[in-house]
Amino acid sequence: MVGLEELVCKRDERPLFAPLTMTVNGGDCVEVLGPNGAGKTTLLRTIAGLHKQYDGVYDCANFIFQGHRIGLDELMTPLENLAWFGSLQGAKFNDQVMQDMLLKVGMAKLALTPCQRLSQGQQRRVAMAKWLLSSAKVWLLDEPYTSLDRAGQDLLNEVLAEHCGKGGVVMAATHVPLRVGKLRTLNVIPSEADS
Amino acid sequence: MFAPLFARELRVLLRNRGAVFNPMAFMFLAVMLFAVGSPLTDNSRAQFGGAILWIIVLLTNMLSLDSLFRRDYDNGVLEQVISTAAVPFVAVLSRMLVQWIGTGLLMTLLAPLLCLFLGLPNQAIPITMLALLLGTPALSLLGAVGAAITVGFSRGGILLGLLVLPMFLPVLIFGASAISQAVAGEGSSAPLYWLAFISMLALTIGPFATTAGLRISLQMQ
Amino acid sequence: MSLKELWHKLGSPRWFYQMSSPWVTAFGFAAALLLVIGVIWGLVYAPQDYQQGNSFRIMYVHVPAAMVAQSVYIGMGVAGFVLFVWRMKLADVAIAACLPFGVMLTTLALFTGGVWGRPTWGTWWEWDGRTVSTLVLLFLFIGIYALREAIVDVELRGRASALLAMVGTINIPVIKYSVEWWNTLHQPASFTISEKPTMPPEMWLPLLVMVLGIYCYAAHNIMSRMRIEILQRESRTQWVRNLFVVDKVSGT
Repeated sequence: MVGLEELVCKRDERPLFAPLTMTVNGGDCVEVLGPNGAGKTTLLRTIAGLHKQYDGVYDCANFIFQGHRIGLDELMTPLENLAWFGSLQGAKFNDQVMQDMLLKVGMAKLALTPCQRLSQGQQRRVAMAKWLLSSAKVWLLDEPYTSLDRAGQDLLNEVLAEHCGKGGVVMAATHVPLRVGKLRTLNVIPSEADS
Repeated sequence: MFAPLFARELRVLLRNRGAVFNPMAFMFLAVMLFAVGSPLTDNSRAQFGGAILWIIVLLTNMLSLDSLFRRDYDNGVLEQVISTAAVPFVAVLSRMLVQWIGTGLLMTLLAPLLCLFLGLPNQAIPITMLALLLGTPALSLLGAVGAAITVGFSRGGILLGLLVLPMFLPVLIFGASAISQAVAGEGSSAPLYWLAFISMLALTIGPFATTAGLRISLQMQ
Repeated sequence: MSLKELWHKLGSPRWFYQMSSPWVTAFGFAAALLLVIGVIWGLVYAPQDYQQGNSFRIMYVHVPAAMVAQSVYIGMGVAGFVLFVWRMKLADVAIAACLPFGVMLTTLALFTGGVWGRPTWGTWWEWDGRTVSTLVLLFLFIGIYALREAIVDVELRGRASALLAMVGTINIPVIKYSVEWWNTLHQPASFTISEKPTMPPEMWLPLLVMVLGIYCYAAHNIMSRMRIEILQRESRTQWVRNLFVVDKVSGT
């Protein structure tokens, strides 16, 4: 579902890390590890098509991307955000379906509250609902544990395990180890900086 | 796909009243500055009223454009649009259209007031409204390109002006001319046709260039 | 070499560097020759204008400068297109090289336009069609320059300036026409230096020589800048280091 072949991301024409080669199949949960500044975020952004400076080849099936920024419009409610996200991909989500998903992530009571009144952790839960509603098989997540409380982290682990169990793929850059059953690791090794 | 995206933009516009209100307030403030600073006699109104109106319109548009993509850039919505939308172009276009509704269209509707405060005769009002209606889309469409390229800069405002104002010049020329001709009682439709033409041209290149600019800016994050 | 091969070769800055060496000298000589001939011919030997006497002679500098400056901007637009579609690094080098030369030439055009204005109109500055067009061109150049100053990442800077150059190039015909239109409305009909068809050959031949001369100078200057830019960008590669080995220049 995701294939990397000698992929090197570059910024300002400098390679960030050693070339990466990996084939990720359905059901894989991949931890993307590396020190700060190694380029994990840039790697995920490249696979998501946001970052265009790279050498090598990559291939990725239908995906959703969750970056450092939450990706929700703070002036809209969670429900509106989910509906809008669906229409971006040409899908129309049933109201009931959206409510159910918000219930699953524990945000049902706040479904009609503008996101600016929600805490970071709460917004991250809404983002999880967004992932679940989309039909994308590949989840590219950058530091998914950010801002989540204990319960939120448990929820995240559940959700990830479920997704991989159904044959989906997770690629997550994280400093906190993923507590999901079977894990594969992708190590990002920063390249030596030129003098 | 366009309809729900457009509806969302409208909804956000109505909730983000400051983004619409502030530029409009600036517009009337600028009108007042001109009226007080350079008292217009009957003769000079014919010559300068149209030009002053359009200059104020240009500057107000610039203010409004500065924040066009900034919120979405900062909160991560923009990267969602570009990475996972089926057709990002449509989302960007709906944003640009709604920006025009909040500025150009609104200015067209407020034109009678503008003419009143600038001392332009009543006979000039219909032409002024038509000129604004035909010319302001070009401003929104071309200005969005500058806004897209500069959204990643923290102090992008002045740079935005430097980039887009030269491209606004033709709109100023034809728009001001349309009004001054109307004031003088001559009915020439040539400037209006030109405004329409420029807006059409802007429509063909604006949205594409804006999407390209946004892709470039997203890599700066 | 076929066109396709040439295109492929242009993707290599090193090839360009090696290939351009004789061309730079050739253009330099041609420019010097043409400019000397043109200046002497235009400023000394061409007949006087019946209206303006000798003061119109500055046209022999002003018109070619303005024309070539506009061509340089359009050249940047074309380079921008190449960068966007084919991702050719050399195109960004070209844009970086055209900018300072373009600014310089446009400023010269503006200045000589003013000097020409003084004896004719009695002022150092007059807002007429040509002045406005040239000034807008200057702002277009400055805009791209300011943009490049604001972006650090080399590739992003290249793409952003390419985009701006392309949009600006498409706008140039519209701007030019609108300014001419404005000019006919607001300025009384006076001698404009664009009335070439009515000029006798003794007048426009030196003009042609000057135009060609400035084009050659543009080619010489821009190519030289491109070569320097290439050396800077590729300073870590072997072939650049080899160029300086014998001189033992302490390189940065």
